[in-house]
Amino acid sequence: MGEEPVLVPPGGRAAAEEAAVPLPGVEAKVAEAFYVAPNWKLVWWRFRRHRLALASGAILLLVSVVAAIPGFFATQDPNEAISTELFVPIQAVHLFDGGRLRPYVYGVRGERNPKTLRMEWRIDPSQKIRLRFFGRGYPYSVLGLFQWDRHLLLPEEQSVRVHLLGTDRLGRDQWSRLVYGTQVSLSIGLVAVFLSIFLGILLGGVSGYFGGWVDLVIQRAIEVLQSLPPIPIWMALTAALPRTWSVERVYFAITVILSLIGWTTLAREVRGRFLSLREEDFVVAARLAGCKRRRIIFRHILPTMASHIIAASTLAIPVMIINETFLSFLGLGLRPPAISWGVLLQEAQNLQSIVLAPWLLLPGLAVIITVLCLNVLGDGLRDAADPYH
Amino acid sequence: MVAYVIKRLLLLPLLLFIFSVFAFFVIQAPPGDFLTSYIAELAASGTSIDQQQIDALRQLYGLDQPVAIQYVKWVTRVLRGDLGVSLDWQRPNLQLIKDRLILTVSIALLSLLFTWAVAIPIGIYSATHQYSWADYLFTVLNYVGVATPSFMLALVLMWVAFKYFGVSVTGLFSPEYVDAPWSLGRVIDLLKHIWVPVVILGIGGTARLARIMRANLLDELRKPYVEMARAKGLPEWQLVLRYPVRLAINPLISTIGWYLPQIFSGSLVVATVLNLPTIGPMFLRSLITQDMFLAGAIVLIYCCLAIIGTLISDILLAWADPRIRMEES
Repeated sequence: MGEEPVLVPPGGRAAAEEAAVPLPGVEAKVAEAFYVAPNWKLVWWRFRRHRLALASGAILLLVSVVAAIPGFFATQDPNEAISTELFVPIQAVHLFDGGRLRPYVYGVRGERNPKTLRMEWRIDPSQKIRLRFFGRGYPYSVLGLFQWDRHLLLPEEQSVRVHLLGTDRLGRDQWSRLVYGTQVSLSIGLVAVFLSIFLGILLGGVSGYFGGWVDLVIQRAIEVLQSLPPIPIWMALTAALPRTWSVERVYFAITVILSLIGWTTLAREVRGRFLSLREEDFVVAARLAGCKRRRIIFRHILPTMASHIIAASTLAIPVMIINETFLSFLGLGLRPPAISWGVLLQEAQNLQSIVLAPWLLLPGLAVIITVLCLNVLGDGLRDAADPYH
Repeated sequence: MVAYVIKRLLLLPLLLFIFSVFAFFVIQAPPGDFLTSYIAELAASGTSIDQQQIDALRQLYGLDQPVAIQYVKWVTRVLRGDLGVSLDWQRPNLQLIKDRLILTVSIALLSLLFTWAVAIPIGIYSATHQYSWADYLFTVLNYVGVATPSFMLALVLMWVAFKYFGVSVTGLFSPEYVDAPWSLGRVIDLLKHIWVPVVILGIGGTARLARIMRANLLDELRKPYVEMARAKGLPEWQLVLRYPVRLAINPLISTIGWYLPQIFSGSLVVATVLNLPTIGPMFLRSLITQDMFLAGAIVLIYCCLAIIGTLISDILLAWADPRIRMEES
């Protein structure tokens, strides 16, 4: 059994099938709506019942907003290193003071340890630093369109610095670095998946539609690529990138390298769909009506698969994000001054730094939450797109 | 069965050719030939090398000849078992890799075993107790397990073990055994340490496998033959273990094909964090110091391990599932 076309006119095949198996718990009155609902609406209705996926979607929306305008959420320039504030601990935000919304953090006081000669910071509860919403701070650019200087949360006094997630070994503010890293890590996942989708649809479609020896060659190639351990291969490829390349070029090279193996999963998915759809009545009908191959593929088959491709891509993004984190963590992915979650985690690579500054592990939490949400969302989408499972 | 295995083996030379080309590409990738960096390194360490020696080396590796000839020269040397000499370690590559290969493979195999031993019971329990609180708990744990990069787990474990228990979980041997020859004591010491990377590596895979097992078994449990067996009065546990579980495990065997490469990938990163004497950290170092012949050799080893893994999983699958044997022959 194949899938229903997306965006079929009301009363199409999809609607009729859906009505035959009404969703449990839906009133008879509402069930009537199924007859006239287009497929994307049906998918949405099914998806809406998956509460966890909805919640994940909401969290991801928030993360995307952070990724879109990191400057707004940052408290200071992410690359500004202050040598007198190394390894400052987390200054947790207290939102309410005396029952009213007046955010503040406690100040820190540093003392030099006479034995190790290292600054040791202590949270000082006697010292309250008031914070202000939407204060003016350092200027940043919004999506490259215009300059702005408003920030979500800033200390009231301009001269005071607060470190919501502490600082690293160079005295850079980790919270600000984390929000900028979100932009890079998330976008690398998205761009790499877009490239993979392109390659996957192209090669998977060709393989599934034409069959024969073309199919054989592509399938063998996929098998070989999938049987290789990806990380050593990526490492070998990224190590070959010239050290002189700019941050942007390395960024794009890495997305290309990641999608070189990433396309295989999507291609398999697409091929499988093509194989089953090729025999479907509506494709046969289109062929008999004299449609050209290109029209059959682009007007009939691809739109039918859209919901599956979206679900499969959603599940591919977290894989890309984790892999970029792996590579950057090992020092073979993005290189400073670029900031990504993997680059941030590089600071926590050895036991000494973690023991000294456990908050350096926090970017890992960002990775886990984002990947978790993407996986739950992807599973929800997949279930919604495929009513037969 | 034999015909099936032979068919699979026939593909090997082609694969080896492709992989050797890739490994050679890795060797060639950095700018300049390796001799230049070799000379630079020697110069940096204060020793000089005379022109005659340079020319001899140039001749040996065919550096003044086209790339294709260099490749052929390299492949012939590899086939003779000569993987070149590491510039960084000043020792033959083969010897360097051999020492670490056993540990790398044992960690991978042990964590494969761990994965199966944990994932299958969890999968069975979740499927037979669908929507119970334990099933939900496992589902949540599975999602978290899949989402956690293995090196994060290693880092957190390392930190917790040090901070709260005062133990170090890095390395595979206690200090007194690091350079000792193999003995019973060393093996016992190894077993005391090896479970840490094995468990860390296995967690992500366990989560995935348990989910697959649960889904497969759920599909099987809905089939009429299960109902039939139940109607005949077979005890529930026997009924589940005898038929549906056997069928549900078959697709798992095919996952070895992609799971082994994942383990090798993961072990590379985890080994770097935990500072294990496996080929992973050596590979990373060879790439950073541009010790390209060592890097190329390790890439080739990784590819060979991958081929062996796929081959084993194919054979296991054909052995476990008669349908596949029939289809292929």
